[in-house]
Amino acid sequence: MATGTRGDVVLDIRGLRTHFFTDDSVIRAVDGADLAVRRGGTLCVVGESGCGKSAMARSVLQLVEPPGRVVGGRILLYPSEGADDPVDLASLHPTGRRIRAVRGREVAMVFQEPMSSLSLVHTVGDQIGESLRVHHGMSRRDARGRAVELLDRVRVPGSARVVDSYPFQLSGGMRQRVMIAMALACGPRVLVADEPTTALDVTTQAQILDLFDDLRRDTGMGVLFITHDMGVVAEIADEVAVMYLGTVVEQGPVDEIFHDPRHPYTRALLEAVPRIGVPRSRRLPTIRGAVPAPGTRPTGCVFRTRCPEAVEGLCDTTVPPVTVPGPGRRVRCLLQEGPADGTTGEETTPTGEESVHVD
Amino acid sequence: MRRYVIRRLLYMVPTLFAISLVAFLVIQLPPGNFLTAYIAQLSAQGQGVDNAQIRALEERYGLNDPFFVQYWRWISGILLHGDFGQSFQYHRPVADLMWDRIGLTLVLAVSTLLLSWAIAFPLGVYSAVRQYSLGDYAVTFVGFVGLATPNFMLALIFAWVSFRYFGQSVGGIVSREYVDAAWNLGKVLDVVSNLWIPVLIIGTAGTAALIRVLRANLLDELRKPYVTTARAKGLPEWRVILKYPVRMALSPFISTIGWILPTLVGGEVLVSIVLSLETTGPLLVESLRNQDMYLAGSVILVLGALTVIGTLLSDLLLAWWDPRIRYQHMERV
Amino acid sequence: MGPSPEHPPLPARGSDAAPEAPGTTTTEESRTDLPGDVPQRVLVWRRFRRNRPAVAGALVLCVLVLVSIFSEFLAPGTPGAYNADRTYAPPQRLHFVDTSDGFDLGMYVYDYEVERDPETLANTYTVDESAKIPVGLFVRGRPYEMWGLFPGDLHLIGAKDPDQDVYLLGADRNGRDMASRIVYGTRVSMSIGLAGVALSFVLGLVLGGLSGYLGGRVDNGIQRVIEFLMSIPTIPLWMGLSAAVPRDWGAIQTYLAITVILSLIGWTDLARVVRGRFLSLRQEDFVTAARLDGCGTGRVIGRHMLPSFTSHIIASLTLAVPFMILAETSLSFLGLGLQAPVVSWGVLLQEAQNIHSIANAPWLLLPGAAVTVAVLVLNFVGDGVRDAADPYSQGGGRLGDRNPR
Repeated sequence: MATGTRGDVVLDIRGLRTHFFTDDSVIRAVDGADLAVRRGGTLCVVGESGCGKSAMARSVLQLVEPPGRVVGGRILLYPSEGADDPVDLASLHPTGRRIRAVRGREVAMVFQEPMSSLSLVHTVGDQIGESLRVHHGMSRRDARGRAVELLDRVRVPGSARVVDSYPFQLSGGMRQRVMIAMALACGPRVLVADEPTTALDVTTQAQILDLFDDLRRDTGMGVLFITHDMGVVAEIADEVAVMYLGTVVEQGPVDEIFHDPRHPYTRALLEAVPRIGVPRSRRLPTIRGAVPAPGTRPTGCVFRTRCPEAVEGLCDTTVPPVTVPGPGRRVRCLLQEGPADGTTGEETTPTGEESVHVD
Repeated sequence: MRRYVIRRLLYMVPTLFAISLVAFLVIQLPPGNFLTAYIAQLSAQGQGVDNAQIRALEERYGLNDPFFVQYWRWISGILLHGDFGQSFQYHRPVADLMWDRIGLTLVLAVSTLLLSWAIAFPLGVYSAVRQYSLGDYAVTFVGFVGLATPNFMLALIFAWVSFRYFGQSVGGIVSREYVDAAWNLGKVLDVVSNLWIPVLIIGTAGTAALIRVLRANLLDELRKPYVTTARAKGLPEWRVILKYPVRMALSPFISTIGWILPTLVGGEVLVSIVLSLETTGPLLVESLRNQDMYLAGSVILVLGALTVIGTLLSDLLLAWWDPRIRYQHMERV
Repeated sequence: MGPSPEHPPLPARGSDAAPEAPGTTTTEESRTDLPGDVPQRVLVWRRFRRNRPAVAGALVLCVLVLVSIFSEFLAPGTPGAYNADRTYAPPQRLHFVDTSDGFDLGMYVYDYEVERDPETLANTYTVDESAKIPVGLFVRGRPYEMWGLFPGDLHLIGAKDPDQDVYLLGADRNGRDMASRIVYGTRVSMSIGLAGVALSFVLGLVLGGLSGYLGGRVDNGIQRVIEFLMSIPTIPLWMGLSAAVPRDWGAIQTYLAITVILSLIGWTDLARVVRGRFLSLRQEDFVTAARLDGCGTGRVIGRHMLPSFTSHIIASLTLAVPFMILAETSLSFLGLGLQAPVVSWGVLLQEAQNIHSIANAPWLLLPGAAVTVAVLVLNFVGDGVRDAADPYSQGGGRLGDRNPR
C-alpha cells in the first residue's frame, strides 16, 4: 500500500487466514486475504457464494464459530488519532476481554437475516440499548431513551412505540433498520455489514442502501460491505475488493474496477452482469466451469482452471504475487505488469506448502 | 393476556369433564359393584344378607340406574357437596381419607418439580455449552441411566442400602413422634428432612428428561444467528448465553413441565408404595386391589384434575415468558 | 453461516509435518461420500455405525432378543422348579480352575451347607468347599418344551449331573433359580414391549396419518384426544384399567389385556410423530415438486414421502419400546399387571417389594438391573437411529459428517 494513503486507513487486513478444522480435513475459507477500509469510505467485497466473504467479515471481530478459527495474518484497527499503535484484532482471543471491548464499540456488525439475527423474545429497545449498557455503563432508562433516538436516526417511524415492541411485530425492512440502529449505538469507527440487503425486497433494499450511505457520510465511519450483487456495489461502493477462493484477487476504486478491471476474474464477473442497451442477440457471458470441487484446489493461481487467459507452465506453478498497477490498486495476477507491492510481505502469499498451525 | 387466561380456563372444562368420565368408568368397569363386594365381605364374616336388604341397598345407591344417571349423581355430589362417596373398605367418606394424603402428594410433586428444575437447569446448560466435553459425556450418561432405571428400583436400592449400611428401615414422611401432633415448626422441619430422599428418587427420571430436553434445545439455539449478534455487541460470553439462547431454549423447557407433571404423579405412586409414604399412591393401589372403587375413582379424578391445573399453570408461565405466544393469542382472540 | 461446503477439504497437517501433496485417494473418498451419490439407507447406516453407544446398544439388544427367543435352551433350569431347601439361596460363584489338588480345568460351583433356624424356619447358607458341583456347557438338565412345541432337555449351561441344581444368581422365596427366571422373564417383558408398541403403532399410524392427511376438524378432534390422554397421569390410569381385568382370566388373556391397556394410552406419542412428519413433509419443496411433476397421491406418499419418513418411525418405535417395558414392569410390580405363574421382570420384582426380602436376598433386585439394561440399550439404539436419520435434529449439521472417519 502506498504510504500516502495510510493516514486515512482505519482497518487494514493483511494475509488473513481463517480455516475450519473438521475431523479429517481443513477447509480454508479465507486463505491470505488483504484489503483496507478507509475512514469515511465504503469498501465492497464481492464474490460468488462460498468465496469466503462471510468468514472474512466474521474474522474481523473474531466471531468465527468453531470449528473455524483465525489462524494467521493481521487485522489492524487504527485508532482515531494517528498517535497510537494499531491493535491487531487477529491476535486477540475470541472470548477475551480485549476483543469484547472492540466489539460493538469500535467495530460493529450488521448481519444478513434481520429476522433470525434479532432475538424474538427481547424488546427492540432492550437489544439496541444493550451495547450502551455494556460499554458505557448506561442505566436501563437512559439506554432506552438513546434507543429511541437511534431508531429516529435510522428513520423508523413511530420510534417511541417501536422501542417497546418485539422484532416479530416488525416488517423485514424495519428489522434491518433496528439491526443498523443497534450497530450504531456506540458510534463505531468501522461497520461491517454482511450482505445486509440480500434478504430484503428491491425497494427496501434501495432505502437501506441510502441509509448506509447517509450514515457513513454523517459519522465518518468506515464501512466494510459484503455483497454478491454488482448492482449494490455500483450504488454504494467507493472501493471494491474481489474475492475468489478465500483470497482477494483485486482491489481498487470502484470506477477503475468497473471501467478497467485488471484481473480476468473481475472482468468475467462484470461481463456476467446484464446491462440495459446491450443488443439482445448477444448471450450473456458466463464464467466457464464452476468453483473447484472440494479437494481439488488448484496449484499456483487459484483461478487458473476457469481463467480464459491462463498460461500453461506459469499460472499452474507460481502463486501470483500482489502487483500495483496504479495508485490505490492491487491485483494478484501473473499476467499483470506493474511494480510488486512491497508492503505486503511473504505472509500474504497463500501457497499449499506453508504450514498450517494446528494445535 | 387476560383473554388468553380466560380462553385457557374455558379450555380446561372439557378436559376435566373427560377426566371425570374416565374416573367414573374406572369405578364402573370391574365386574360387579361395590355392593357385591360388600355382600361378599358380609357373607365372609358369616352374616347372612337377604335379598330384600340387597334390593334396599341397590335402591339407595341407585345401582340399577343407567350409566349417565349414576355418573350425574356422583359428579354432582362432588361438585355441589364435596361428597366423593363412601369408602367401602374403611366405612368412611372418601373425602376424609383422601385430602390429607393429597396434600402430601402435592407437596411431594411440587418439591420434586422444583428440585428437578434446580438440577436440570445448570447441568443442561453446561452440557450444551461444553458439548462433547468429559462433563457433557458424564451428564449424558448419568441422564440415560436415570431415564432407564424405574423410580421404584431406585427406591428399592435406597431402602436396601439404608437398611444394610445404616441399619434403619425407611418409611414415612412424618416421623412417628409427629404423626398425631398438630402442625408446628418441628413437624414442618421433620417433614422437610424426611422429604428430600423421596423427592430425589422421584425426580431422577424427570430430571434426566429435562436435562436432555434443555441440552437439545440449547444446542439448536446456540448456533442461531442472534447469538452471534449478541456476541458482536461485546457482551461477556456467559451473559450472551444466559440472556439469549438459554432464554429461547427455556420456552420448550417450560412447556415440558406440563408433560412432566403426570409422570411425577405416576412415579410418586410407585415410590410411595416402596418407601411407605402417606401419600395417595398406596391408598390408590390398596383401593384398586380391594375394589374400593369410589375411593380409587376419586383419587384418579383428583390426581387428574391436579395435573390439568398444573398444565394450565405451565401454559400461563410460558405465555408470560414468551412474548410470541402472548401476542399470537392476542391477535387471534 | 458456517464454512461453505464448496471449499476443498484438505488433509490436516501438523505444523512440523513434511509437506505432502494432498493425496488423491482422500479426494476420491470424500467425493464418493457426498450426499446424493449414495442411497439414503446407506447414509443412515453409515451415520448409525459411527455412533458408538448406539452400536454397542444394538449388540446388547441382539443378545436380549436371542435370549428371549431361546430362553428354554439358555436358562440353566426352568422358572417353575422349586426347592424348599434352597429358599433364598445366595448366588454361587462359578469357578473355572480347581487348585485344591493340583490343577484341574473345568467349571464348577461349591454346594451349600444348609442350616435351618428351628424358630423362624429361615435357611442360612454357608459355602461347602468340600462338595463340588461340576458345571458344563450343553448339558442335559430339566426337560422343557421349546416354544411349547418341541420337547428337549439340552441347556447351554448347567450342572453336569441332572439331579443337581446350580444357582448362579441365587434363588427366590420358593428356592427357584433366579437366573432361569430372569431369562424367561426377558421373553415376556421384551415381547410385551414389542406387542404393545406394535399395537400402538397401528393406532398411532392410522390416527396420526388421518390427522395429518385430512387436517381440519378431524385433525383438531384427534389432537384434543391426544392432549387429553397426555395430560392425565398415566400410571394411576393404567392401574385403574388393569384393576378392571378380571382376576380369573388366564395368563394369555391377562397378557393380551395388559398389552391392549398399555397401547391404548401409549399410541399418542407415535401419532404425534406421524402427524408432525406428515405435516412438515407436505410443505417440503421436493413433495411439491413431485406433485407438480404429475405424481399421483399414492406415488407422492410412497416414493417421495415415506422414504424420508421410515427412519423417523423406526426411531420413535424403538424409543417407545422401553416406555412399554417400564410400564409393564411398574404395573406387574404393583400386582396389577401380569399375574404370578407368568414370569416377567415386573412379576419377579414383586418378590422384592418387602424390605426384609431385599435385606436377606439383594439378588432379588437383579431383574431390575435387566430392566435398566434393556431400557438403556433401547434408548441408545433409538437415539442412534434418530440422529442417523436426521443429522440436523441436534445442534445443526456437523461438518465432519460429510467425511467418513
